[in-house]
Amino acid sequence: MQTPAPVDYAKATSVADALAKLQEHGEEARVIAGGHSLLPMMKLRLARPDALIDLNDIPELTGIRIEGTEIVVGAMTRHREILESAILAEHYPIFREAERLIADPIVRNRGTIGGSMCQADPSADLSAVGSALKGSAVVVGPGGTRTVPLREFHQGPYETVVGPGEILTEVRYPIRPGAGSAYEKVERRAGDWGVATSGVYVVVSGGVVTDCGIGLAAVGAEHYCSPEGEAALVGKEPTEENLAAAAAATAESCSPNADQRGPADYKKHLANELTLRALRRAARASQGA
Amino acid sequence: MTAVEDAPLSAAGNPIGFGRMHRKEDVRFLRGQGNYVDDVNLPGMLHSAILRSPYAHARIVSIDTSAALALPGVHAVITGETLAGLGLAWMPTLSYDTQAVLATDKVRFQGQEVAFVVADNRYIARDALELIDVEYDPLPAVVDAKKALDPDAPIIRDDKEGKTDNVVYEKWEAGDEAATDAAFAAADVVVTEDILYPRVHPAPMETCGSVAHMDPVTGKLKLWTTTQAPHAHRTVYALVAGLPEQNIQVISPDIGGGFGNKVPIYPGYVCSIVGSIVTGRPVKWMEDRSENLMSTGFARDYHMNVSIASTKEGKILAVKVDVLADHGAFNGVAQPTKYPAGFFHIFTGSYDYPAAYCAVKAVYTNKAPGGVAYACSFRITEAVYAIERIVDCLAAELAMDPAELRLKNLLRPEQFPYTTPTGWEYDSGDYEKTMRVAMGIAGYDDLRKEQAEKRAKGEYMGIGISFFTEGVGAGPRKHMDILGLGMADGCDLRVHPTGKAQVRLSVQSQGQGHETTFAQIVAHELGIPPEDIEVIHGDTDNTPFGLGTYGSRSTPVSGAAAALVARKVRDKARLIAAAALECAPDDLEWELGRWYVKGDPERGRTIQEIAMDAHSALELPEGVEGHLDAQVVYNPPNLTYPYGCYICVVDVDPGTGQVKVRRFIAVDDCGPRINPMIVEGQVHGGLADGVGMALMEVIAFDEDGNNLGGSFMDYLLPTSMECPDWELGETVTPSPHHPIGAKGVGESATVGSPAAVVNAVIDAISPFGVRHADMPLTPANVWRAIQGRNVRTDLAVE
Ligand SMILES: Cc1cc2nc3c(=O)[nH]c(=O)nc-3n(C[C@H](O)[C@H](O)[C@H](O)COP(=O)(O)OP(=O)(O)OC[C@H]3O[C@@H](n4cnc5c(N)ncnc54)[C@H](O)[C@@H]3O)c2cc1C
Repeated sequence: MQTPAPVDYAKATSVADALAKLQEHGEEARVIAGGHSLLPMMKLRLARPDALIDLNDIPELTGIRIEGTEIVVGAMTRHREILESAILAEHYPIFREAERLIADPIVRNRGTIGGSMCQADPSADLSAVGSALKGSAVVVGPGGTRTVPLREFHQGPYETVVGPGEILTEVRYPIRPGAGSAYEKVERRAGDWGVATSGVYVVVSGGVVTDCGIGLAAVGAEHYCSPEGEAALVGKEPTEENLAAAAAATAESCSPNADQRGPADYKKHLANELTLRALRRAARASQGA
Repeated sequence: MTAVEDAPLSAAGNPIGFGRMHRKEDVRFLRGQGNYVDDVNLPGMLHSAILRSPYAHARIVSIDTSAALALPGVHAVITGETLAGLGLAWMPTLSYDTQAVLATDKVRFQGQEVAFVVADNRYIARDALELIDVEYDPLPAVVDAKKALDPDAPIIRDDKEGKTDNVVYEKWEAGDEAATDAAFAAADVVVTEDILYPRVHPAPMETCGSVAHMDPVTGKLKLWTTTQAPHAHRTVYALVAGLPEQNIQVISPDIGGGFGNKVPIYPGYVCSIVGSIVTGRPVKWMEDRSENLMSTGFARDYHMNVSIASTKEGKILAVKVDVLADHGAFNGVAQPTKYPAGFFHIFTGSYDYPAAYCAVKAVYTNKAPGGVAYACSFRITEAVYAIERIVDCLAAELAMDPAELRLKNLLRPEQFPYTTPTGWEYDSGDYEKTMRVAMGIAGYDDLRKEQAEKRAKGEYMGIGISFFTEGVGAGPRKHMDILGLGMADGCDLRVHPTGKAQVRLSVQSQGQGHETTFAQIVAHELGIPPEDIEVIHGDTDNTPFGLGTYGSRSTPVSGAAAALVARKVRDKARLIAAAALECAPDDLEWELGRWYVKGDPERGRTIQEIAMDAHSALELPEGVEGHLDAQVVYNPPNLTYPYGCYICVVDVDPGTGQVKVRRFIAVDDCGPRINPMIVEGQVHGGLADGVGMALMEVIAFDEDGNNLGGSFMDYLLPTSMECPDWELGETVTPSPHHPIGAKGVGESATVGSPAAVVNAVIDAISPFGVRHADMPLTPANVWRAIQGRNVRTDLAVE
């Protein structure tokens, strides 16, 4: 049995209450969402917070809704709710495609989008999706509320702009009529983190790509995205040749590390291959095929 | 399809004999009422944790335990020094080597046991580990078996006086080298391949652990422990610790999977005993998942250079294998003493050719000890993989269909009993029939057609075949022992006055369904319904001596013992029935569950009536003692030789290297199937193992000796998503020397399936010029194989 070090625990009942409790327990307090990343680290004693502030009983942090031209996802929304959301399925199939490949049903039943974004694992699928879609994060703290573009949310592996005493409350994604989207992932086994992943949206209008977003995880893409790949495609026709050039530019912009999932050149190859596959499908979807 | 006649059903609907029935033990498992070692909680029991080495190789400069001892709730901190005072710092392994219980001089692998803390609970014990201050002086680590022999390699086992290299044993040979070389010289075609069977881990669902209670008053040691061999362990504890054997009771309660991982004796078991002696209280030790993966018995780690010689028509002439075996830091393998490379020399496989030779050399490395585990049948896994892989390489060289090549070389029924070029006597077999059944289920010719069509479209589908023969059920005892204990099994059967029975076994189930299978064997022989027969096992005070469950030996050895003890009871029942019926024993005839008078079938006594007679006031003939029980010890005359043909169909995505196992056909011949459902379960599990090993499982090490497979995030086990619907078939060729013809099936699928999966993947990517790639065939490794890059899958990915 793996045993964490001694830790205090408090249950928050509202965002305000959570902020107060964080304040009360000081710098070494951490919020706990689904616990699927935090608890294993505590059991291995890689993380040893003094106190856990539990966000699981805060209704205002859950749910998926449309507000104006944005889809809003509460930080405590579970992977499973994202997988099954009709709103997300309608506007961005990329979510369902990504969620189907995140962990396993046990983790998805409990793990949250907020936890996934704040854990900032370089392989996190929802971080790639969020960066592809150019969403934004709402962060609340003692100093008030701020909105941060997702492409600025992550400061590096396991690092975000969320400071001690702050919490992420929402993630927002702009709705893009006519966009097609897709997610591709290679994993060694169902439930494993990706060896490489790529998720994209493409808007084709009048025969040319007018807008696109390319997000990647596990391949050393800064901020989980590739503006280089996007620039190579916008304004061009979605031909196989142009898609391939964009995918190649995307791979070029990544700097993956070798690990037991694979060597760096393989991951770079996958960034190319998976981006191309995702672009093909997204472009086709945008064109109503 | 089964050769066994349908058994009549009992009142409870169970077959009185062989046939499908639900497992008797499942009722408690499904209700969460199993009793595993971690469920054992004794009054006053303390808990423990082990401090493990972060280094693969380092000298221990000093250990300071004072802060840990000062932590409230800590009862004892035991180090190698404490143990050295008791003469217990080192213990013998099951292969006549020594292993550190707690390190004294050096640590020799990452995760090695350094100190043992006993505390009020597991949390405090774990907290205390952080307060132990160990100063290490790191040494260069030997992680690559091939470099262990370099002249300047650091000497790992400098605890052994005069040791100047890392050799465990220099050369173990089988077969005829000269004849093999001559056959190679005369051959039209020779194919050679370096084939690695990388280090994998059995990863049983239940990790290893023990609860030790040394009664300070009676001096009796009770040890609840995760062991596959309770009796052998008892004797070893007696020999190691000098405890009187009658004062040691080893209890192996419900065991959550073993696969050979629970055959060795681990330092944790010994420490829990010492902890109990030191504190005077029961002590529980239960390792966590990472401890299990990093420190307990791994499997394989065989570097094999395999050559095959044939005529240009594809008639195999000879096979030669040169093995470099990586045993880790201590030689802790468990196998019959005579066979340091296990049964590897069965590598000649299922084919008819005159010459074969193997030479095995074993080395120490700075890795965890082990090697024989994971349902390997004493390294037959490695052997089957070697021959089945090289036969496919030969087929590729000859541009011949691998099925055709196998059919051309399979042993023919009339050749049995067949003595192999390395000295095994295969007792029986009809190999071609089994292969044809498998090809029939697969629709082999259609698959090849489909493959050709797909290739034309740029799609990569592969078909892989494996034909395996195992030798299982060790003894005979004159050839096979572990630490001098002959591999024969006792069995006791007692029929109570009301005709209900208890059968006591020496073997211990880790999930194989012994409580059902052995009841069915006795039912088959005596006609007592299986629900009326309790199987008692896993407690050395209450069962006869025997060597335990591994190497698929339970049914071949203890299954035979159970059948024979039941026959002995049946013979005794005849004498008692004759007394009751007032006739001569010779006048009686047996039908299932009843002795009756020849020619007068109405006159007879059921086994239940005879049981009451045996305990009643009935006057018994002279020499008949009364009661209805018997004992036997079964010493097998030979191994049994289960075999099978497996066919795997995969689809490979060359753009990503991903492999999808689309179909898997497994036709096993394990003789008569006592409970076909249990057999199928064993096969299903083993096939999943095979998919796992072929595609994802590996424990690799980086150059500092860090274990790169130390958690389930890093050591991947297959899930249902990777497993197709298994398509099973059977042929039934009974073993001629086994009382019920059963041959054992516990390891068949694990042994036979990896080669089928790998052969299928290589077949799929053969258009890229690939002839071999080592396991595990992860997407990255498949992609690199397609690129023509050779990789060492046992080392860190670069
Ligand atoms: C076996 C397994 C496989 C997995 N596979 C994948 C995979 O393939 N792809 C993938 O993307 N993910 C994978 N995951 C991770 C999964 O998505 C986790 O659920 C997720 O990373 C964390 O979510 P959580 O709600 O459990 O967070 P927690 O573990 O509760 O928290 C994680 C971190 O985020 C912080 N945090 C949580 N919520 C907030 C908030 N609202 N504001 C500020 N900080 C917050 C916590 O303090 C903590 O530091 C896997 C996890 C497991 C256990």
